[in-house]
Amino acid sequence: METIIKIDKLHREFNMGSETVRALKGISFEIQKGEFVSIMGTSGSGKSTLLNILGCLDRPTAGDYYIDGTSVSKLSKDELSTIRNRKIGFVFQSYNLLPRTSALENVELPLLYNNTVSSTERRERAVHALEQVGLSDRIDHTPNQLSGGQQQRVAIARAIVNDPVMLLADEATGNLDTRTSYEIMNLFQELNSHGKTIVFVTHESDIAVFTNRTIMLRDGNIVKDEGIKTLSARTALDNLPVSED
Amino acid sequence: MNFINQIKIAWQALLRNKTRALLTMLGIIIGIGSVIAMVSLGQSSTKGISSEISSMGTNTVMVMRASQTQGGVNIGAGNVQTLKVSDVEAILAESSNISMASPVVNASQQIVYGANNWPGSVSGVNEDYLEINKYEIASGSNITADDMRNSAKVCVIGQTVVDNIFTKGENPLGKVIRLGRIPVKVVGVLKSKGTNMMGMDQDDIVIMPYTTVQKRMLAINYIHMISASAMSEDLSELAIADIESILRRTHKIDVEDEDDFDVFAQQQMLDMLSSVTDMLTILLAAIAAISLLVGGIGIMNIMYVTVTERTREIGLRMAVGAKNKDILKQFLYESTILSLVGGVVGMIFGVGLSYAVSSLLGWSFVLNIPTMAVSFIVCAAIGMFFGWYPARKASNLDPINALRYE
Ligand SMILES: Nc1ncnc2c1ncn2[C@@H]1O[C@H](COP(=O)(O)OP(=O)(O)OP(=O)(O)O)[C@@H](O)[C@H]1O
Ligand SMILES: [Mg+2]
Repeated sequence: METIIKIDKLHREFNMGSETVRALKGISFEIQKGEFVSIMGTSGSGKSTLLNILGCLDRPTAGDYYIDGTSVSKLSKDELSTIRNRKIGFVFQSYNLLPRTSALENVELPLLYNNTVSSTERRERAVHALEQVGLSDRIDHTPNQLSGGQQQRVAIARAIVNDPVMLLADEATGNLDTRTSYEIMNLFQELNSHGKTIVFVTHESDIAVFTNRTIMLRDGNIVKDEGIKTLSARTALDNLPVSED
Repeated sequence: MNFINQIKIAWQALLRNKTRALLTMLGIIIGIGSVIAMVSLGQSSTKGISSEISSMGTNTVMVMRASQTQGGVNIGAGNVQTLKVSDVEAILAESSNISMASPVVNASQQIVYGANNWPGSVSGVNEDYLEINKYEIASGSNITADDMRNSAKVCVIGQTVVDNIFTKGENPLGKVIRLGRIPVKVVGVLKSKGTNMMGMDQDDIVIMPYTTVQKRMLAINYIHMISASAMSEDLSELAIADIESILRRTHKIDVEDEDDFDVFAQQQMLDMLSSVTDMLTILLAAIAAISLLVGGIGIMNIMYVTVTERTREIGLRMAVGAKNKDILKQFLYESTILSLVGGVVGMIFGVGLSYAVSSLLGWSFVLNIPTMAVSFIVCAAIGMFFGWYPARKASNLDPINALRYE
């Protein structure tokens, strides 16, 4: 087994004037290559804070974080940018696509910040990523011409286009209805079956069942970390009543 | 991240907001356009005026009777009769800085030939006048020193006179025309010089021996003007000084009294005019520069708005791997592209405008390449200077906060 993520006694504190908010209180875990992990917990329990640190957007106040074998705490800002570019794919609740920009160009975006990719290769890889999320017929559509589910698919294509070692998703189904959520989870399961490591933040337990491990947070502490019996999103989709609203 | 990608990103971002980009550029377009037009027009006019003046002879010095003031009222030069032919002779004899000098006596006479009439302005001068004033003979000959002695009834006429008197295309040489009551023989025709910068037709002229005009036409023994030529352009100043001291002596003017004559050098007029046009050019360029500054501030303004508006985009770019300097460059390139494109459009606009105006006014069109090059650099500088603070603000954003920005 190859360890993709290793955190050790991770702390994150926010100084709000005289008060100190302790969002993460010394948590530790490892995630192996090919795992599909959901991070759950009530609002304010520290899920996003943790994910931001895992995504190298934020740094821990104390504790160690190793990604793919490299210790992150000693890296410079620019090196963190490179890690985000090569090793991490983000999927956000609100898609965060560039407006008035085609799906293709949105997907190409991470590759623009990767000098080793030529412009022809950039296009090929973006087209391929859009194929993987089932949007090859929407290449030239702009976000306002796409449904929420389609926009999230474009965002997922953007996350996988640089072939990162892991995908990080924060409430990626939070803005979608049940059916579309299941479709997106189905997509994540497909990517996972091809070996992609995924960390998925959600507070909905009926979404977490599609992952194969759940880490439960409460007030900045891990209260539960266990493998679960994974349900197939495909089956769940097939079992949905035909005309559900 | 490489340069081409950066430019591509900046360009795409600008295309997403074409109208705004265009409006932002307007300030620069107007600024650069007016700089180019002003400088170009200024130079065209200076060039036009100076070539005009050189065509009148750059070493020409003119002496006129002083305009007299009485109790602050200018009563003109009309009734003073101080300049004499002997003054011309004294100047020629005594000043080593003067090569030629001619008396000038002006008269207005109706020119008649056959059934044709033309109001002529007659200049009574000597044989050197044509050379002093850069006139050339097209056909026939000049008036001669003998003609002076004999008060000969001969003349040399300009092209306008030829066109209006010899309407049937006759050869004017040898023909006798009447000036008022006096029959005068045409001995020469001048090459055309066109209109001068005051809009005066230099070809509407009749050259005659000054003695003839003095005795036979006006019955006077003074002269109206002296037209002289300095040895060289550089000696104009010395020539003026010589003339002043000689004339003060021959006119017996007391030390405390003022000159009863005025001396002008063409060179002085040239200097004066070019200093006036230079000043105008500087003034207009300064106004244009201010409008450029306003254009630059416009860019800064819009870039601030853009950065705020696109906070989430900036957060996203950082999340997918943009370094701080990538973001800084993106916005710097955007503002620089804005001002450079604006600058180029402005240049085309300015060149077009100055071309139109100069051809309308009949000036020769001057395309000033250095000014265009400088404007281009100034545009780039404006874009970078005014884009710097907004771009730095963008690059210093925290990605998490930026992504959360509503
Ligand atoms: N930038 C910040 N400054 C101060 N406090 C913060 C900051 N970010 C998060 N916190 C605090 O840290 C705690 C954890 O926040 P976090 O956003 O990680 O919660 P969450 O589990 O993602 O909640 P939700 O499910 O509502 O998204 C909260 O108490 C929050 O107020
Ligand atoms: Mg959250």
